[in-house]
Amino acid sequence: MKKKKTTFRSWLCKEHVAGYILAAPFIIGFLAFIIAPMSVSLYFSFCDYNILSPEKWVGLKNYIKLLSDPKLINSLKVTFKYAFFSVPLKLTFSLLVALLLLRNTKAAPFYRAVYYVPSIMGASVAVSVLWRQVFTTNGLFNQVTGFNFAWLAHTQTAIWVLILLSVWQFGSSMLIFSSALKQIPQEFYEAAKVDGAGKISSFFRITLPLLSSTIFFNLIMQSINGLLVFVQGQIITAGKPMDSTKFYVLYMYEQAFKFNNAGYASAMGWIMVLLIISFTAFLFITKKLWVYEGGY
Amino acid sequence: MTRKKKNGVFTVFYHAFVLTFAIVMIYPLLWMVLSSFKPTNTIFATATTLLPENPTLANYTHGWQGISNTGFAVFFKNTLLVCIINTFGTTISCILVGYSFARLKYKLRNFLFAIVLLTMMLPGEILMIPQYLWYNNLGWINTYLPLTVPGFFAVSGFFVYQIKTFIEKIPHELDDAARIDGCTYYGILIRIILPLIKPAITTVVIFSFLNTWNNYMGALLYLRKTEKYTVSLALKLFCDPISQSDYGAMFAMSTLSLLPIFFIFITMQRYMTQGIATSGLKS
Repeated sequence: MKKKKTTFRSWLCKEHVAGYILAAPFIIGFLAFIIAPMSVSLYFSFCDYNILSPEKWVGLKNYIKLLSDPKLINSLKVTFKYAFFSVPLKLTFSLLVALLLLRNTKAAPFYRAVYYVPSIMGASVAVSVLWRQVFTTNGLFNQVTGFNFAWLAHTQTAIWVLILLSVWQFGSSMLIFSSALKQIPQEFYEAAKVDGAGKISSFFRITLPLLSSTIFFNLIMQSINGLLVFVQGQIITAGKPMDSTKFYVLYMYEQAFKFNNAGYASAMGWIMVLLIISFTAFLFITKKLWVYEGGY
Repeated sequence: MTRKKKNGVFTVFYHAFVLTFAIVMIYPLLWMVLSSFKPTNTIFATATTLLPENPTLANYTHGWQGISNTGFAVFFKNTLLVCIINTFGTTISCILVGYSFARLKYKLRNFLFAIVLLTMMLPGEILMIPQYLWYNNLGWINTYLPLTVPGFFAVSGFFVYQIKTFIEKIPHELDDAARIDGCTYYGILIRIILPLIKPAITTVVIFSFLNTWNNYMGALLYLRKTEKYTVSLALKLFCDPISQSDYGAMFAMSTLSLLPIFFIFITMQRYMTQGIATSGLKS
């Protein structure tokens, strides 16, 4: 009996056994909280299902309906517009600010901290609520700038208020760029200077190529987040006016919980997964063309 | 001499620009905080002046009453509970899994780690409907289980990645020496690795806490009864234009909900900026 116990203990202490035991939380979590829900939703995407009553298998009906749903096409357009403008603007902006703060002054960490504050607060409901008040007709923005315009009530401008909110939270991308910039060896710039290169050409020939993998990583993560924008749209505009800010996930949420079409919403979710996979794959294919991966 | 002077002018100009920009950046937040001390009917009339003329706490006492007979004290208590449980689970599980990926060799390790990286590309929004349907089947709706239990199973890829890369920087010799002295792999984690990865653990604790504190979508999906609401969900309903036009109370409660975030940021700034910089961690 005693012997058996010790062998069990030594089995437990084998490297691969310990490895699987310690990785078990993730293995179980992945199966229980990602694979299981995804499978359930895949099944329901082929059903008429309203959460309350039992599902009814309808085959491809939801997917066929998707193709001719004008509201869905509109939500895709709105979402891509949002991502198309907010992501590049945010990345450009964060790179410019990171460059601006590269000057080795004592105050640089302080400025970096201040610029980072909107990012850290940005995900909160409080900031979304605040943003709504900043851009109402008698809100802070109009009173400071002298405009008298209901930014959130017009189809042309409402989405830009949300894009601006996203760009305002450039802090975390800025920090990533800052640390990547610091890793570029100073000698490169000195050598370029000796060779007669100006600041602008050394930016395009040294800084940008060496940052390209950081930009690539940021671009993927920010684009995915941009395509899945939900909370801000739900709180600030709720899709209004005239569905001009009805983002894809917001529409999916409404289909599931407002119109009780959980089956249809599941199908929408799977379409978004496919869109994100193809978008990421597309970026990876173009990676060779513009991302510098050599060492230095 | 002229060159030095030119540099001096440039420096002044630079600081003026960067500082102005910093003020513009945080002005909306300052406006919110300071407006919360203004009498509610003067907030928009005096929107261009930052400082309140007659500071008052009326907005706070009024806002604290909350919604549907449930005060914000309850919402803060609920949020804190969810945050503590979820952060505890996330931290423990991510340490175990991160250590396993960083130090132990076994067949499926690289495959499992690739899955971790893949899950990083699956934000909560895309799992919203699937997870809702799943938790609905499990009967977890209107409980805190969907907001806390998954944390115990290391489903946050970023945190696992963070811990793993940090452990990999620790010299292997320490493990080998401990092995020779008869220490098991579990012992190495507890006695050698754990004390050395405190900065990474702090980062995970901070970001896990902040993410949970800010989690609005989870609360919106899973919590139905007012007395179970977390701060973010309560704040959204409290501030809905239909139910509320008391802007003072709105700003006061918004400010309170940001206070913990701000406090953590001030005290833990070093860990946060480092955490972001090393792994591209995004809240």
